[in-house]
Amino acid sequence: MVAKQSGRNRGGGGGGTAAATEVSVEELARVPLQAILLADSFATKFRPITLERPKVLLPLVNVPMIDYTLAWLESAGVEEVFVFCCAHAKQVAEHLENSRWFAQPNFSVTAIESNNAVGAGDALRLIYEQNVIRGDFVLVSGDTVSNMSLAVALGEHKERRRKDSNAIMTMVITQSKTSPTTRQSRLGTDELFMAIDPDTKQLLYYEDKSDKGTVSLDKTLLSDHPSIYLHNDKQDCYIDICSPEVLSTFADNFDYQHLRRHFLKGLLDDDIMGYKIFTHEIQSNYAARIDNFRSYDTVSKDIIQRWTYPLVPDVQFFGNSSTKLDRQGMYRASVVGQSRSAQVGPFTVIGSGTTIGSQSQISNSVVGEGCKIGANVSIEGCYIWHNVTIEDGCQLKHAIVCDGVVIKSGVILEPGVVLSYKVVVGQQFIVPAYSKVSLYQQPIKQDSDEELEYADSSTGFMDASSLSGLPDKLKEESTIQLSESQLQAASEVGSGGVGFIWSTSEGSHEEEWRHSVAPIPPAKLLEIMHTSNNELEVVQQDGNLPPSGELERDSVTANSNDYDDDDVDVKDDYDFFENEVEATFKRALEENIKEDDVILEVNSLRLSYNLATADCSGALFYSMMKSALSAPHPSPSDLVKNAATVITKWEKLLKYYLPSIDEEIEVILKFEEMCLESAKEYSTVFVQILHLLYDKDIIQEEAILNWASEKEGADETDKLFVKQAEKFIQWLNEASEEED
Amino acid sequence: MDFQVVVLAGGFSKTLVPLVSKEVPKALLPVANRPVLSYVLELLEQNNLKDLIVVVESESAALLIGGWISSAYVDRLHVEVAAVPEEIGTAGALRAIDHHLTASDILVVSGDLVCDVPPGVVAATHRRHDAVVTAMLCSNPVSGSTESGSSGVKDKAKKRYNIIGLDPTKQFLLHVAAGVEVEKDVRVQKSILRAVGQMDIRADLMDAHMYAFKRSVLQEVLNKKEAFQSLRRDVLPYLVRSQLRSELLLNGVQSEENGNDKDASQNPKIVLSQLLANASTPSFHELHALGPNGFSLSPRKTHKCCVYIASNSNYCVRLNTIQAFSDINRDVIGDASHLSGYSFSAQNNIIDPSAVLGSKTTVGPQCMLGEGSQMGDKCSVKKSVIGRHCRIGSNVKIVNSIVMNHVTIGDGCSIQGSVVCSNVQLLERVVLKDCQVGAGFVVTAGSEHKGESLAKKEK
Repeated sequence: MVAKQSGRNRGGGGGGTAAATEVSVEELARVPLQAILLADSFATKFRPITLERPKVLLPLVNVPMIDYTLAWLESAGVEEVFVFCCAHAKQVAEHLENSRWFAQPNFSVTAIESNNAVGAGDALRLIYEQNVIRGDFVLVSGDTVSNMSLAVALGEHKERRRKDSNAIMTMVITQSKTSPTTRQSRLGTDELFMAIDPDTKQLLYYEDKSDKGTVSLDKTLLSDHPSIYLHNDKQDCYIDICSPEVLSTFADNFDYQHLRRHFLKGLLDDDIMGYKIFTHEIQSNYAARIDNFRSYDTVSKDIIQRWTYPLVPDVQFFGNSSTKLDRQGMYRASVVGQSRSAQVGPFTVIGSGTTIGSQSQISNSVVGEGCKIGANVSIEGCYIWHNVTIEDGCQLKHAIVCDGVVIKSGVILEPGVVLSYKVVVGQQFIVPAYSKVSLYQQPIKQDSDEELEYADSSTGFMDASSLSGLPDKLKEESTIQLSESQLQAASEVGSGGVGFIWSTSEGSHEEEWRHSVAPIPPAKLLEIMHTSNNELEVVQQDGNLPPSGELERDSVTANSNDYDDDDVDVKDDYDFFENEVEATFKRALEENIKEDDVILEVNSLRLSYNLATADCSGALFYSMMKSALSAPHPSPSDLVKNAATVITKWEKLLKYYLPSIDEEIEVILKFEEMCLESAKEYSTVFVQILHLLYDKDIIQEEAILNWASEKEGADETDKLFVKQAEKFIQWLNEASEEED
Repeated sequence: MDFQVVVLAGGFSKTLVPLVSKEVPKALLPVANRPVLSYVLELLEQNNLKDLIVVVESESAALLIGGWISSAYVDRLHVEVAAVPEEIGTAGALRAIDHHLTASDILVVSGDLVCDVPPGVVAATHRRHDAVVTAMLCSNPVSGSTESGSSGVKDKAKKRYNIIGLDPTKQFLLHVAAGVEVEKDVRVQKSILRAVGQMDIRADLMDAHMYAFKRSVLQEVLNKKEAFQSLRRDVLPYLVRSQLRSELLLNGVQSEENGNDKDASQNPKIVLSQLLANASTPSFHELHALGPNGFSLSPRKTHKCCVYIASNSNYCVRLNTIQAFSDINRDVIGDASHLSGYSFSAQNNIIDPSAVLGSKTTVGPQCMLGEGSQMGDKCSVKKSVIGRHCRIGSNVKIVNSIVMNHVTIGDGCSIQGSVVCSNVQLLERVVLKDCQVGAGFVVTAGSEHKGESLAKKEK
């Protein structure tokens, strides 16, 4: 690359930087930028709405979410998008066909349909098999709203790739402080802890779901990175710039499903192929993913308040209709029938063809197209989709009302209510807070978010007994209604109403407020604050803290200059290993297993504990001496005899593990340690056994002499056995001199 | 400044045997021919901190050190030497001299610190934030010459001393791991992380053992936690860990100090308005204390742990290993020569006028030759310190070494990367490489030693 560049610019003088950008632009152009858009979030957070429509087609300020994502990708220079559809694949494909996306020049959209993917992993594996991704690509889900420019992040990614081919992914993050009380971001996502190298921006740690009170960073991280920033103030935008290796990693690890929980964690923890992940922080641009009802609410408000410019209602992009911005953030479509006495407050969007009756008040809300709103209706903080009928005197607060819903007169929706498609709420009915109403009955098993968003009508109706948590009266009535007709379900939502109230699944009821469209009530906040204070105290009492200071008394001596322990873990490992070897040996003794098999077993143990041969010889010798000790030995001389029999019997085995002097020395050291600690019985017969080992040719004189000389500089206490063996060593010395 | 200074001078450190002996406690080990303690004392004197308590382990060491201080600083400093029992740790030492502590803030300095960071800036940082503790951090020492490495110790590629967590402004200490924990996984409390948002975790900083403590807090901690032995390993981590839910009786202390704080702490709104009035951006401690939205049922108790990070241009090393002893000696007459207080000759070395050099003897740059020392002919000295009244024969080579006082070196000796203590006799043709020779030892003629520690047997 450099050579080419200098060749072209010969004599140009100072054109170096210009040429560099030129080259990188050229390179960008060579491979069309591709993107994979996952049109399925593989989650159930938007149920019951998603039983009928895929999440990506839900209107966000009157435009389907997927159109925001596609419009952004198109403006950011992506040329080829593969839309992976799974749940309601037909609907997504249909939407794409009807939209203008297919007709765009320089922007091709291809739908890939699948019916059996259960997670992002399956989707990426399928795409990998299709072999359509040729270079770096952008991986987003179809519920992303962003206006960021990809060029910078992409440039950084490519630059890193050039230097280090293991940098396979760049994650986009943004600043976002989580609330200290609720411990969730304004998008309703859980608090996220990340460790990032401030210089290289490499991601080192990622934790989004954990109840632990501490963040634990692996000790090896700090040896590679002198400084690490630990963040609690960042948010994952779920926009990833990936290299093709990401796909092949998914293909190799077929158990990966979740992008973060499996893929990211796998890469960070298990160090797969040395792949690295980096982060790119966006400062002034907007990027957010709609993950739950709260983020739906937040992102909608952001769009209305123009943070996502140019993706705002009054700017024409694909999929929206002409809307005019009035003062105070009021957006009004061209054809709106509004009564003179109706008040439309700030930050409100009214779709075309909607009529608003007299004395009605609407504020901070989005109203879709073709809605009929009666008189004296108050709507605050609501998301009303298309063709909704709201009769006179209704009060709606912080609710999501889907297409075709009919709300009869005098109905009150308490905060956090979700009315799914075509639900009818009967007159004067009060829909309790956080309830979700659908024409479909709640599936019996509603578990993890791994589940799909299938509209499976066969499971739509079920035993009403699972509809716990409803007011008793309603429940009573609902048990009567078990016929197939949807109208039968009427009484759950008032007389003349149609729809089932979904019970919140077991245990999660108190969590409902977290992800709802409604703001968290102040009473709840106070309650959490109380509990969090108590938690702190509990933690304090438990002493569930990093052990420092007072907790490590044993290893601390008053004036020592620390660093006395080197490798506690290794030590532990070795102890386990030793125990296992001992058990293996015992079994070999009892069951008369052949030496070769013992060797095989010990070798496999060695590999699994990642130890050296010397450790094996030490551990084996230890087990042998232990077994000799376990046999009856009335006097020390009997003990020597016992040892002699064991050693003679297993001579071959031991020798196998003594290929060199080092291992032999290890055996002597091990024996010495035993004499001092675990098997003091041997301390009196140390020399005899050493002699025995020498006679059996298990240990050569060189090893003994080396051992003796190694010990020369040691403390007096350490020399105990060298002294015992002094004569023997002397004899050896003389013998060797004679030989010379 | 209402600061009381406590210098922890240690005793007869075991790690420094054979350099330390019954006659020479750690604090009196020579660095460029003057005791290491003098570097701290002079640093304090320069900062006008003249009221000192020097805490020494064991009576005999206290006598030696006290004697030296009174002779050297008789009319310059007001020094009180306090002897404490051995092996009670730094926290224990402070506990023992508890009744001497009267000022509102205490500056605790390790007696083995050789540095040029003025303690005044640490004190100022401490005062500015009204912190309970301020620790000075410096970069990890670069142990340069590996050839003079202490014997037998396998050198790890990178030695870590501390793991430090700082807030983004690098003013507050959020996490500290010392001692054995350094080699373990880093575990950071989420509660602190939540309050701060971002924490910088560093492994390249070292706790330099210079602290400013609020006296009331220090005494309270020492009294309450009797098991605490070390400031660095126990007291500091404890204070850092509990900073967002302080168990200390801080509020009482504060209201004692400036009367009207009391009702303020009861009404968070007032506190908030005070903060805003002060126009300084409130630190996360105050925000955390107030709780979200500026209201909280009961203001949480917090205290602040601050740091002062010495810049890289500052010199700051502790003399706590033999390696460090060699390094510091080399640096003080070399790269960090401004610390030595001597004026260097044109050849960038210091040769006392009373020293006698034989013919064809060369003393290279970054060397020091003490008063009354004599050298024979054809000697060569490079990057070494030679003490007072040494008698050195002919054809002697001394490279990268420290030779203390009254050493006799026979003809033809070669000394490299070694430390030779006082009153040692090296007979002819001794070759020493990376050795330490304890005081009064006699090395037999013609012997060669490499990486050994030679000392008389303690009787």
